[in-house]
Amino acid sequence: MKKVFACFLLPAICMIALCACKGGTKKPGETKDGGAVVVGITQDLDSLDPHKAVAAGTREVLYNIFEGLVKPDKDGKLVAAVAESYEISADGTTYKFVLRSGVKFHNGATVTADDVVYSLKRCAGRLETSDPEVQVVPAFSVISDITASKDGDRDVITVTLSSPNTELIGYFTCNIIPKDYANQANSPVGTGPFKFVSYKPMDSLVMERFDDYYGSKAHLQKVTFSISENADAAFLKLQAGNIDIFPYLTVDQASELKGKFNIETGSMSLVQGLFLNNAVKPFDDVRVRKAMNYAVDKQELLTMLNGGYGTAIGSGMYSTFGLYYDKSLEGAYPHDEAKAKELLAEAGYADGFTFTVKVPSNYVYHVQTAEILVNQLKKVGITMKIEQIEWASWLSDVYKAHNCDATIIGLDSQLAPSDILKYYIGGSAKNFMNYQSTDFDTNYQKAIATVDTQAKVDLYHKLQKCLSDDAASVFLQSPSLMVAVNPKLAGYTFYPVYVQDMASVYFKEN
Amino acid sequence: MKWVRKGVAVLIAVLALSFVTFLAFQVLPGDAAMLRLGTNATPEALETLREEMGLNDPLLVRYGRWIGGVFTGNLGESAVYKRPVSELLWQVLPNTLLMAGISILMILVIAFPLGLLYARFPGSAVDRAGAMVNQTMMAIPAFFLGLLISVVLGLWFRMFTPGAFVSYDESLSGCLTYLIFPALAIALPKAAMTVRFLRSSLLTERSKDYVRTARSKGLSEGKVLMLHMLPNALPGVRTFIGVIVSEIIAGSIVVEQVFGVNGLGRLLIRSISNRDYNVVQAIVLYIGIVVLLVNSGMESE
Repeated sequence: MKKVFACFLLPAICMIALCACKGGTKKPGETKDGGAVVVGITQDLDSLDPHKAVAAGTREVLYNIFEGLVKPDKDGKLVAAVAESYEISADGTTYKFVLRSGVKFHNGATVTADDVVYSLKRCAGRLETSDPEVQVVPAFSVISDITASKDGDRDVITVTLSSPNTELIGYFTCNIIPKDYANQANSPVGTGPFKFVSYKPMDSLVMERFDDYYGSKAHLQKVTFSISENADAAFLKLQAGNIDIFPYLTVDQASELKGKFNIETGSMSLVQGLFLNNAVKPFDDVRVRKAMNYAVDKQELLTMLNGGYGTAIGSGMYSTFGLYYDKSLEGAYPHDEAKAKELLAEAGYADGFTFTVKVPSNYVYHVQTAEILVNQLKKVGITMKIEQIEWASWLSDVYKAHNCDATIIGLDSQLAPSDILKYYIGGSAKNFMNYQSTDFDTNYQKAIATVDTQAKVDLYHKLQKCLSDDAASVFLQSPSLMVAVNPKLAGYTFYPVYVQDMASVYFKEN
Repeated sequence: MKWVRKGVAVLIAVLALSFVTFLAFQVLPGDAAMLRLGTNATPEALETLREEMGLNDPLLVRYGRWIGGVFTGNLGESAVYKRPVSELLWQVLPNTLLMAGISILMILVIAFPLGLLYARFPGSAVDRAGAMVNQTMMAIPAFFLGLLISVVLGLWFRMFTPGAFVSYDESLSGCLTYLIFPALAIALPKAAMTVRFLRSSLLTERSKDYVRTARSKGLSEGKVLMLHMLPNALPGVRTFIGVIVSEIIAGSIVVEQVFGVNGLGRLLIRSISNRDYNVVQAIVLYIGIVVLLVNSGMESE
């Protein structure tokens, strides 16, 4: 306990001294610099090397330590980060980045063009000795060359593509790391607003404000990500006051915390669906898939799962993608049990059928979704059996071997509309629902290469319509995210990608 | 000679145990390489990584490599944390041992006075009331008791902060203070069992001839109990406590989860779902050795 006290007291004393000097110009509610915050997370980190991190739960933490050439802002726009500006050639085959000068790594070194080329090549799998654990960005396979040059005294990175792709910019969030630095997995070094201090497996990750950050500096002095084994354990810590910020609250938990914590609501930026294996009976019949869509009551699902928050979706995209998102499809399959039964009868399943849905047991949210859907489907005579499986089994059985009738999962995405739709390309290894449509495939390739915005928008609307018309799966919702925030804090910001940005959080003057 | 024989028996049992664990992982779906690479895994990357991690070698080769390492004092490296397994164990093992130690102490402190008291006045109101409490305690699973303790003592009475565990290397006193509560959850049901066992062992002694002799010498009932019955009942109780100790060491896993204690059980569960073979093997080996040693040490001669 003593230690904890010291942590809080020291900055507090400094603050008092500081305020006194300024003659009390700060008003209540205004930004105050300094302080320590504990954020609760429920997944241990899978790697501290940002290029090796797979889990969304890791990337949301590392976002504070690492940056790419560009980074997303809260509206889903890409803003300059390590790059000062960028330019995409009209034909969509060359990307030019002018590097910001004087960007510092946490180890004090200045970011050089070499570091950037190295980082990009590492993400693209183009280093001479490749590390098999590095997550190669599949979209980077169109890159034919990455070069550095000088424009006056500025460094310019030129990326040349073998075929046009106007959306690749969304992937240049690829984190910039020092060239040939071997200890990334134990002592990570990046350029972000916070620098790494320590990591204890299954316990915590501590980071500190990086004072040489080029942009607007973080307010908090110290942030601890405290790792709990599961959401219940984290919730106990939260109630006891040992956690200041906790995302992923359930509706019940949120209502329990009212008054003690501020509850912020945003979006998880996921496509949650009951994904059907289009290659197995009875889901190889489009009428059955449509019947499933009519049988599901998404509004009821939203109410029961999120207390009414979240957005029901009708295809494989969510509203973050702005213009590219086709809102009209949200009502494509209204809840209609009679219609569902009719379609089932037409397909020869008048008495319904039985199938098994495989749900990863570590995602309580998806398991709860499955439980609600069981009841909804039962009303039209469909029996859905839930099989909870470990994440390891989900990856090998469902994702890799496509061995399932159906599964419930949330699909996330980079800030490129093609990224969220990549799962439906015919024959792709990621296409775990075995969806097949030549129309979709040709339009997808066209959309990526199209430069003209309106033409691109039209193509993406077509793609979403295609998935909806074919009832490729039961697209459920873009779930809401409820976050408990200590009432002394302000500035918590939601992003259209899955991150916990601590640079914007600050203690209010009181 | 007897100890050599026992040692060999323990060794063979441990080898068999570790081999079975090794086999079990072959049956489980999913492998470490795939978990590392996740949804972006390409077949090529997967293959390279499998090769690098040595997952492509035949089962016996891998087992041989591992057991060879164990005998030379090298438990290997965690595939997930990229740290030596021994380092990971050092981080969590003392926490678990402290918790087990506290709960064993609690069991002894609770069980002996109560067991003796009930045996002193069998059939009395105290004995009957005690039996009821005992029965209830034995019926509550440790994890549920853990939840109750968290809510009642932690959240209502604010005696501790659930989840605010500090590791022994940060603050030993903080760690011990916190561990009292999970230890209590482990100790209460086990203490109840021990009380019952002790009471019935003592009562069996009661009707024996030597007790009658002692009484006829004019010793008080209390002295008969403490000086004559107890020493004779002890060997049986010792074996019973041996079983309980090994149960605590293996069974604290769930309680650790409930209280968020960063211990061996938590590392084990996490390593199983990560398919972090080296870590799992080392922990199973450790638990196996402890259970076997405790049991063979506590066995009545």
